[in-house]
Amino acid sequence: MLNILLERLRQGKRTVAFPAAMPPLSPRFRGLPVLADSPCAEGCASCAGACPTGALGADEDGLYLDLGRCILCGTCAELCPGRRVSFSRDHRLASSTRDGLVLRPGGRLPHVAPLEPARRKLFAKSLRLRQVSAGGCNACEADTNVLTTIVFDLGRFGIDFVASPRHADGVAVTGPVTRNMLEATLGTFAAVPDPRVGIAIGTCAISGGLFAGSPETTGGATPHLPVDLYIPGCPPHPLTILDGLLRLLGQQTPPPTA
Amino acid sequence: MEFPHCQAVPLAGAAVLPPVLFRREILARVDAGWRMLALFGLPCPGGVGLCCLLGRDADGRLAFLRQVPAESYPSLTPDCPQAHLFEREVHEQWGIVPQGHPWLKPVRFTGCPARPEEPRPAPGVADHFHLRGEEAHEVAVGPVHAGIIEPGHFRFQCSGEDVYHLEISLGFQHRGIEARLIGGPDKRTVHFMETLAGDTTIGHSLAHAALVEALTETAVPARGRAIARIALELERLANHTGDLGAMAGDVGYQPTMAYCGRIRGDFLNLTGLVCGNRFGRGLVRPGGVAFDLDKPIIRELLSRLELTRRAAFGAAELLFLSSTTLARFEGTGRVSAETAREIGLVGPPARACGLPRDARHAFPLPGAGPKDIPMQLHDFGGVYARALVRRLEMEASLDFIHDALIGLPEGPVRQTPAGVLPGGMVAVGLTEGWRGEICHVAVTGDDGRFAAYKVVDPSFHNWFGLAVALRGQQISDFPLCNKSFNLSYCGHDL
Repeated sequence: MLNILLERLRQGKRTVAFPAAMPPLSPRFRGLPVLADSPCAEGCASCAGACPTGALGADEDGLYLDLGRCILCGTCAELCPGRRVSFSRDHRLASSTRDGLVLRPGGRLPHVAPLEPARRKLFAKSLRLRQVSAGGCNACEADTNVLTTIVFDLGRFGIDFVASPRHADGVAVTGPVTRNMLEATLGTFAAVPDPRVGIAIGTCAISGGLFAGSPETTGGATPHLPVDLYIPGCPPHPLTILDGLLRLLGQQTPPPTA
Repeated sequence: MEFPHCQAVPLAGAAVLPPVLFRREILARVDAGWRMLALFGLPCPGGVGLCCLLGRDADGRLAFLRQVPAESYPSLTPDCPQAHLFEREVHEQWGIVPQGHPWLKPVRFTGCPARPEEPRPAPGVADHFHLRGEEAHEVAVGPVHAGIIEPGHFRFQCSGEDVYHLEISLGFQHRGIEARLIGGPDKRTVHFMETLAGDTTIGHSLAHAALVEALTETAVPARGRAIARIALELERLANHTGDLGAMAGDVGYQPTMAYCGRIRGDFLNLTGLVCGNRFGRGLVRPGGVAFDLDKPIIRELLSRLELTRRAAFGAAELLFLSSTTLARFEGTGRVSAETAREIGLVGPPARACGLPRDARHAFPLPGAGPKDIPMQLHDFGGVYARALVRRLEMEASLDFIHDALIGLPEGPVRQTPAGVLPGGMVAVGLTEGWRGEICHVAVTGDDGRFAAYKVVDPSFHNWFGLAVALRGQQISDFPLCNKSFNLSYCGHDL
């Protein structure tokens, strides 16, 4: 018993101050991509076709980056001689709309609107989620799981992950939803009583990510269930997930530290 | 055809054997102490030929055997149980029948392109082992498990309180990655490697890098190799810590569970410090690594490593001092060394049965010696042994990282390999990931593109070990046994 108490003293208190303050992130952390409004060098096609998921492209309105397909690998930033694409250290990637994930030079940043009043009133103080791993590589799962440790202590926000969809207020899907998990994913969502929320965690769950177009996957959660919150990343940092969840419930979160 | 690790060899060097000789050769080698590292199909003129990669731990030799294309062959499984899942996989992918296989069930429930008349089976729906009798009952769980965990379908056949047999049905995570690798490498290849099993990003990307380096005869700069090895050990530390915490949690021992959950994150953050991503995405590339470590980062790593070492060992010490925990760990979920050898266990579960299997020793990467890091063995073969091996490996990894950071060689971190691969070659990449041996085998076609790319995650060897470990235990021991193996679903399903 004495050992346990002594070790308890040594280990100390470790819960992060978030959302009161922003904990430090690695200086090399790749957060929200930023597109510069400068023209491309004439004839330069350095980034064209280099993006492994086709997230980066150009249309009649110019350069765009679809954060819902981006795996934040940094290849484009490395290749662009004009530094038109760079990665900030902003962890806030979540959006409540799919369109909001399409970034443009000088355009709007991804925005999370709180749930509409009826669901917000129900869930603001108690949100129970059933997580479904549907082809996730276990990175999104691991960084979702970590929210329940003493570091992030998800329970203090009234948010928790539960074992049964019957006990849940919503579903959080990770992975590109494989053909073999489609039925189980649909069944789990259907078993959650209305009103409910749908959350897609990670690029795979938003668009299929790297696996988009594979005949063994079905394009993530978005084609199958109504999604209220899109959390991009490969995998999203735990703070990115937490930030998205809190903003969905109408809470204020801090900006990234400089 | 025999060759050393990290050397690509011409495919033409392997004689194409008739089925009887192919079988005899494999069985003779297995009898002589070789292990089956991979068995896969290679499309070639006249059909699909079987290829078998064997390895010998004693001297790090590899052997590559080929069989003529055939629609069926005498099954290896009755004489060589470690082949059972490989043969089921080949049957599902290519329709080649291993005659006499004791239970030829689907592995990933994909259906077989060679048998288009058969409908694709529903996932998890198959002929399961059944137990009949007054005391017999069956418990089925999954595919969606209770926690935040990947999906699988488990059936426990129980006789009274005891589990007679556990049948594990996977395939729910099948993303078709191996099929997407054919015709590569391309801009997606390294990213696929990083997501084969996301918690083993470094292990798999390092095995792929070793394979490409062997094919292109690229000499990796010593500094790049050292940084990749540091990342590999950080990955091991994070996951071993998480596993000790999870095992503590499953016997209701809260202190170690709570501390290890946090300490695991501290190790992940160290990887994040190296490359910006907690799982090491973007770090390892063929020819070296994409990020260098400057002096301030090395200082920061060393100081945080010491703090985390103290915290991790403090948490582990509580676990191993707790008599109630040890009472639940000791004697639970035992696998004998003989069984482990027969079914081909790898990684900590094999080392916990006393089998000296560690790719860092038997198949070291160029620039990394077996003396780098001591092998940790135990021989109880159960949950306790698997926990203890992890605890000892954490110590070895921490010492290795400390020494590697202090003595980091100067120079560049990457030698970019040639963009085009040589045609008609066989290459192998082997690393010891935190779950065990990771094996990548590729065969290039005449155009220098991958004609076959086989990935064998350690989980592929070890899932059956979990089923065996549960025999004679109670269902309540399952979570504990499961955590002590902690296998990958997506790494198996691919």
